[in-house]
Amino acid sequence: MLESKIPSGPIEKKWEKARFDFKLVNPANRRKHSVIIVGSGLAGAAAAASLAQQGYQVDCFCFQDSPRRAHSIAAQGGINAAKNYRNDGDSIFRLFYDTVKGGDFRAREGNVYRLAQLSVNIIDQCVAQGVPFAREYGGLLDTRSFGGVQVSRTFYARGQTGQQLLLGAYQALEEQEAAGSVKMHPRSEMLDLVLVNGKARGIITRNLVTGAIDSYAADVVVLATGGYGNVFYLSTNAKGSNATAIWRAHRRGALFGNPCFTQIHPTCIPVSSEHQSKLTLMSESLRNDGRVWVPKKKGDTRPPSQIPEDERDYYLERRYPSFGNLVPRDVASRAAKEVCDEGRGVGPGGQGVYLDFADAIRRMGEAQVREKYGNLFDMYEEITGENAYKVPMRIYPAVHYTMGGLWVDYNLMSTIPGLFVAGEANFSDHGANRLGASALMQGLADGYFILPYTLPNYIASTQLEKVDTSHPAFAATKEEVAKRVATMVNVRGKRSVDSFHKELGKMMWENCGMARSEQGLKINLERIPALREEFWKSVNIVGTGEELNQSLEKAGRVADFLELGELMCLDALQRRESCGGHFRVESQTPEGEALRDDEHFSYVSAWEWKGEGGQWELHQEPLTFEYVHLAQRSYK
Amino acid sequence: MNLTLKIWRQQNAKAPGAFATYQVQGVTPDMSFLEMLDLLNENLQAKGEPPVAFEHDCREGICGACGFLINGVAHGGRRGTTVCQLSMRFFRDGDSVTLEPWRARAFPVLRDLAVDRSPFDRIIQAGGFITAPTGGAPEANNILVPKDSAETAFDAAACIGCGACVAACPNAAAMLFTAAKVTHLNSLPQGQPQRDRRTLSMVAAMSDELFGSCTNHGECEAVCPKKIPIEFIGKMNRDLIRATFHHRGD
Repeated sequence: MLESKIPSGPIEKKWEKARFDFKLVNPANRRKHSVIIVGSGLAGAAAAASLAQQGYQVDCFCFQDSPRRAHSIAAQGGINAAKNYRNDGDSIFRLFYDTVKGGDFRAREGNVYRLAQLSVNIIDQCVAQGVPFAREYGGLLDTRSFGGVQVSRTFYARGQTGQQLLLGAYQALEEQEAAGSVKMHPRSEMLDLVLVNGKARGIITRNLVTGAIDSYAADVVVLATGGYGNVFYLSTNAKGSNATAIWRAHRRGALFGNPCFTQIHPTCIPVSSEHQSKLTLMSESLRNDGRVWVPKKKGDTRPPSQIPEDERDYYLERRYPSFGNLVPRDVASRAAKEVCDEGRGVGPGGQGVYLDFADAIRRMGEAQVREKYGNLFDMYEEITGENAYKVPMRIYPAVHYTMGGLWVDYNLMSTIPGLFVAGEANFSDHGANRLGASALMQGLADGYFILPYTLPNYIASTQLEKVDTSHPAFAATKEEVAKRVATMVNVRGKRSVDSFHKELGKMMWENCGMARSEQGLKINLERIPALREEFWKSVNIVGTGEELNQSLEKAGRVADFLELGELMCLDALQRRESCGGHFRVESQTPEGEALRDDEHFSYVSAWEWKGEGGQWELHQEPLTFEYVHLAQRSYK
Repeated sequence: MNLTLKIWRQQNAKAPGAFATYQVQGVTPDMSFLEMLDLLNENLQAKGEPPVAFEHDCREGICGACGFLINGVAHGGRRGTTVCQLSMRFFRDGDSVTLEPWRARAFPVLRDLAVDRSPFDRIIQAGGFITAPTGGAPEANNILVPKDSAETAFDAAACIGCGACVAACPNAAAMLFTAAKVTHLNSLPQGQPQRDRRTLSMVAAMSDELFGSCTNHGECEAVCPKKIPIEFIGKMNRDLIRATFHHRGD
């Protein structure tokens, strides 16, 4: 069932071979073919623009008021590329190796190698579009080292790299819209996928202004709808980020890959109260100069300035002397949770640790710290009202990215023929943990350079009968969608949508977050279905489905999170190993570090929907490593 | 703290709108302004009343979705801050706060505080891009960009397209928005081939979309959450004159 379609031959020739083997579509025939792209972030906008340039008719959908608002825009740090401009030993092979290792050996070698190869083309493409990357005085591109890697391969545009890359793709998309080859459908949310004879041939959407349920048909459907971190309610995702498009496709037959693989980012501003609606990321670069600590004593409520040096525990430096404060994201996150669970956390609620710049200020002076991190210190002060030059910052881990997503083959096609999945929405390249500055790289590789080859190959090699929205499959699916919306609105219960979302989020964070245990996961597997049942009995949505109704929009997304959350717990339960971004309590070394189990879990889990009420079947795609040497990570 | 909110309620683009007054209790200083509205909306829904519609997404000041007038000032008046980043610790117990949507002919109200800003996308379509089809790009370091040009381009490209500049302008002009994109692209070597055409057609699109003209009030710069300077309007005007001369025979 799971055919990864990795081309044969040496790894550096695989993509070249694939491109030669692909069938092409005659330029004159391209305009006869239509493509639906859902999502307008890096992957979606890049694919829409590139396919339109080739001559295909593209319809692109987003729920925001403009494609420019997709959440790719919020990525701060940068984008990796194996240009080796620094002469510091970087290469395509090294980027490939670092990415597979960073993902804790749970990604496909073939995919990751291609990603590293394409990284160099992405920078070229973005520069040509006018992305204002940081420059040296001579006019060449500047790079920096990011996320603890040994080479400077990260290209950046101040702290707003995602914004600038997205605007580049958005502008290319708008140019194609002006040319008439892309039709943009903003404020439209995909609520279902339409299958005709087993192939993806269209989508059903809800117009978020009028509430109209509409049908769209095409030869191919691409989902580039981002990640599902909002299943945790509190995350660094945008409020609107959701799993509905991929979840609806999953229910129609697309297998879901590694749903439990979630990335927790160590440096976010801690939760301050029950009213908190989202978490704000502070760039990881802060750990280059800040020192992480908590009091040695439990329940120590003295202000940090009154805690003497010998009563502080610089726990990362103590436990990981060689990497210290620069250990990878998952290690730093887990260590913070552990000290807080011991009762040594700081700030309101005790869910925080200090990130202290006092030593850095002593060493290089406040002016230089300000020059390096001024905007981040300002942002911190704006949110918390505290001056981090005077008192240590408080940070805590938060859900940031989901490595899991719809299962795709090497060509980014899901298990439904004609349904392609790109960017964070697919599971493909980051294994069990994503390296810093790799999300932007993957989104753009998928959109600019992979789909524009693999999607035409599908069109050229598939018998695509003429289908439009008058086909009965569209009417039937549309009817189901309309019924679901109406049912939800007509519950007219007593509990708000947010209250369900928050309750689910807490359960997920407690038992399916950084550390998971069999016991905790089983608790969730009992409680989530009960919560879902309650949702359908007592959710309160004011208003109707035939108007702009933001509660209804949220309700639809939360209803899907209530199903996805269960699958995430099931997946976490079967993976009895600690790997990448997650720690399985039952699988640790005598020193309490994560213990991966390659003998039993060196596979991608791919779940097949088998019907309502928590029925899934697990399929496994075995992972083999020919080029990368499997090793336990050690940061001691 | 307790606040009195006067909020513009309007069911849809065609319905008449009016201010409604609400009390909101239990607001804490660590909340953001939008979290305060979340609280109001929870209370309204519990009473069976429709929640106040407002746009928001990233809630970290970068997507540009949020924005309305707070006591007549776009984004609430803290320099360089979007509504989503505005903290409630700047408000006092008993404050009365008025919220209304962007007011501009080009931005019709969709519901309550949400407006239609699609004219901005159409201004970009008119020329806010560099034509560089995927695949044909030269090696990145073959294009040298002086550091100063890259910095200017970035300062301009920081625009988040929120529409505050239009809402603050007495003429409802979109000059700062348009000038930001023109300056971003016209400052770069890659943007030179399309420089004149871009400037002419984006300026034309601006007036086609029913935005007013700039008469140098400077309100736009004052409310811009990304601190885009008004000098960029001067740069655009200079480029417009340049382009008009180059194309005077057309």
